[in-house]
Amino acid sequence: MPRLSRTTTRLTGVVAVAVLGLAGTAGCSSDKKADSATGSGATNASSAKVTLTVGLFGTFGFKEAGLYDAYTKLHPNITIKEDTVEQSSDYWTRLKTRLASGSGLDDVQGIEIGFVSDVVQNHADQFVDFGSLPDSGDLKSSFYDWKWNQATSSDSKTVGLGTDAGPEAICYRPDLLKAAGLPSDGAELAAKWSSWEDYIAFGKQYEASPTKPANSKFVDSAASIFSTAVYQGKNAYNDDSGKPAPSNSDGVTNAWKYATEAAQGKITAGLSQFSPPWNKAFSSGAFATIACPTWMMGYIQGQAGTANSGKWSVAPVLPGGATNWGGSWLGVPKASKHQKEAIALVEWLTSKQQEITMWTQGGHWPSNSQAAEDPAVKNAKAAYFSDAPVGQIFGDISSKMKIPPIGLYDTQMQTAFTQALTNVETKNTDPGKAFGDALKAIEQVTG
Amino acid sequence: MPASSKTAAPPAAASRPPAASRRRRSTRPGSKIAYAYVAPFFLVFAAFSLYPWLDTAWVSLHNVRLTSYDKQTWVGLDNYRNLFTNEFFYNALRNTISIGIISTVPQLCLALGIAHLLNYRLRGRTFFRVAMLMPYATSLAAATVIFLELFDANLGIVNWGLHLLHLPQPDWQGSKWPSQVAISAIVTWRWTGYNALIYLAGMQAIDSALYEAAAIDGASRWQQFRHVTLPGLRPTILFTIVVSTIGAAQLFGEPLLYHNGIPNGGTAGQYQTLGLLMYQQGWTNDRLGLAAATAWTMFAIIVLAVLTNLFLARRREHKLGSPALSVGAPVVGPAALEASR
Repeated sequence: MPRLSRTTTRLTGVVAVAVLGLAGTAGCSSDKKADSATGSGATNASSAKVTLTVGLFGTFGFKEAGLYDAYTKLHPNITIKEDTVEQSSDYWTRLKTRLASGSGLDDVQGIEIGFVSDVVQNHADQFVDFGSLPDSGDLKSSFYDWKWNQATSSDSKTVGLGTDAGPEAICYRPDLLKAAGLPSDGAELAAKWSSWEDYIAFGKQYEASPTKPANSKFVDSAASIFSTAVYQGKNAYNDDSGKPAPSNSDGVTNAWKYATEAAQGKITAGLSQFSPPWNKAFSSGAFATIACPTWMMGYIQGQAGTANSGKWSVAPVLPGGATNWGGSWLGVPKASKHQKEAIALVEWLTSKQQEITMWTQGGHWPSNSQAAEDPAVKNAKAAYFSDAPVGQIFGDISSKMKIPPIGLYDTQMQTAFTQALTNVETKNTDPGKAFGDALKAIEQVTG
Repeated sequence: MPASSKTAAPPAAASRPPAASRRRRSTRPGSKIAYAYVAPFFLVFAAFSLYPWLDTAWVSLHNVRLTSYDKQTWVGLDNYRNLFTNEFFYNALRNTISIGIISTVPQLCLALGIAHLLNYRLRGRTFFRVAMLMPYATSLAAATVIFLELFDANLGIVNWGLHLLHLPQPDWQGSKWPSQVAISAIVTWRWTGYNALIYLAGMQAIDSALYEAAAIDGASRWQQFRHVTLPGLRPTILFTIVVSTIGAAQLFGEPLLYHNGIPNGGTAGQYQTLGLLMYQQGWTNDRLGLAAATAWTMFAIIVLAVLTNLFLARRREHKLGSPALSVGAPVVGPAALEASR
């Protein structure tokens, strides 16, 4: 999941959005405000004027997709103000400070997968429990179970409703595979990449090919494999009770085995994910495949640019089984003075129709399963990715998802392991020593 | 890297009036208003320096995480014990010292040389003096991003040049010493001009009659530099060494940005400084108690380093028999530590 801070800066301006048409409605709300301020022409006399603040990080895309404007049109008495912090880690530090002091909280707070379990374990009492609302049955049934459960505490308090999610597949460059004399058709690759063993064996074939482009590797980084495979175990970084247990988890053990095999087989480009050289590599063709959550498509498009349109594709497969990387929720702090209005806004923003809009307008994959099953999402094809049937691919993966328990320090543990993997890739560090280094760094976090 | 001018506020305790005269003075009208005039500074100092300083000490004796701030527990000196038996701390300490030396020594030598050259009557002297200060006025983030490009292992201009010269091309990010040299280069680039200006001001305060006398005695330019300029500059040099030492001990922004904002100082901690370690402990790992212990340890280290500097300088003067220097010990403290957050 993690590596969130950067993943959330993700779709900035990516899937060129047709928001402009909707932007014109912004004028309406301010007109109305002026009207009712003078006491005349108030259409909705029963509801008082309310300003809702929405605290978010990165680019959630509600404003860009025109959803705030649409909402204020439906509810003229509501004004929505967004309060955004660029990096999710900075946002989380600020949110923690505000939760500790009990002041300065927004009416709606974004919650990211990197800290959702901290909110669930330490702050569930400070958020409205969506599981105990009168309509909680309907709410619960409209989201994927795994999405609902990640935001639910052991005593069944649900701190937020799901916005986007990050089901994963493999994005790849058909032209590079073809040049290496390997199959490049999605369906064919799905059969060849069903397990990580097969995927890595395929990568070694790519590496051995005399015709593959020079300076090109099979996969961007060992971290790409590790971060994905770790969540395919029965446990990832934590034991069943959610306590950190990286040294005896099947997810970590297997993911480490695959990632170091790829690193030592020299099929990785050895780039640190989200570093500038990694960003540049998307357009230079330095790697042929990458583990690809839905939001990564937007990232690729942003980095590789229009010049590379049609060069990428999405294979309908994730080696080792379906899993998720990234995603967020919206919660309502109990400290909010406008709880009722804030809950209504959150329910509306995460409802089927709005999550469909978020996908079609901004490329944010719905965690609302009803939205994901809607034809507008299900039949979607990505023009940039050689018209791959992404709606179908990610819909399938979302419905098969099994996710191990996430814990307080998943983000830091993932950083520790991926940094150690970079050393195996670029400095030939012995995997055993690198694993020990990662555990030492993790000990600094868990204390 | 000198922290900033605010770290150097000479205490005004040079000549203390005898008790009697002080009492008499305080009865004079208007003396109370003086307290009102100085109060704003001390109020701000108390709120933003003294209180955080003491609070940091208090926090360092507890197990504190921001996410469970109301549940902090008293652990006594455990955080310090943890720190002093922690290999990450010693790694950061060693890196801080080595980067400090690699960046400070060439920086001050260069600054001295440049100041000496600019002290001559040159055409366009003002231009050079302003140009010299430009790096200091550049944003740290912008500078580091540019240096990252220059030092890119595969595509950077530095390795391209080395390639042309058939020299080995180190991994300026991944390997320990090359990465420390690269970071020191950023520091040196930014602060050399600043120090050169300070030296230049010091040089211009040296009486020109001394140079004339030396010239009459037949001293060459080099001899004049060694026997007139250097002794005259000694207080200034001591000041820049002290300020640079403090800056080096607090080095933070360059190594942070050099690893894309991840505070681990490279994949193997090869350039993690104490400032970075403190930040990582506090904000990435959410262990505020341990970070506070690191902050106080850094404070102690800085005070120790500054005192060593002053002691060495005094001893040298004593040996030379010249009058004691009147450089006040700069006020170092949590304000500086806070500033590094």
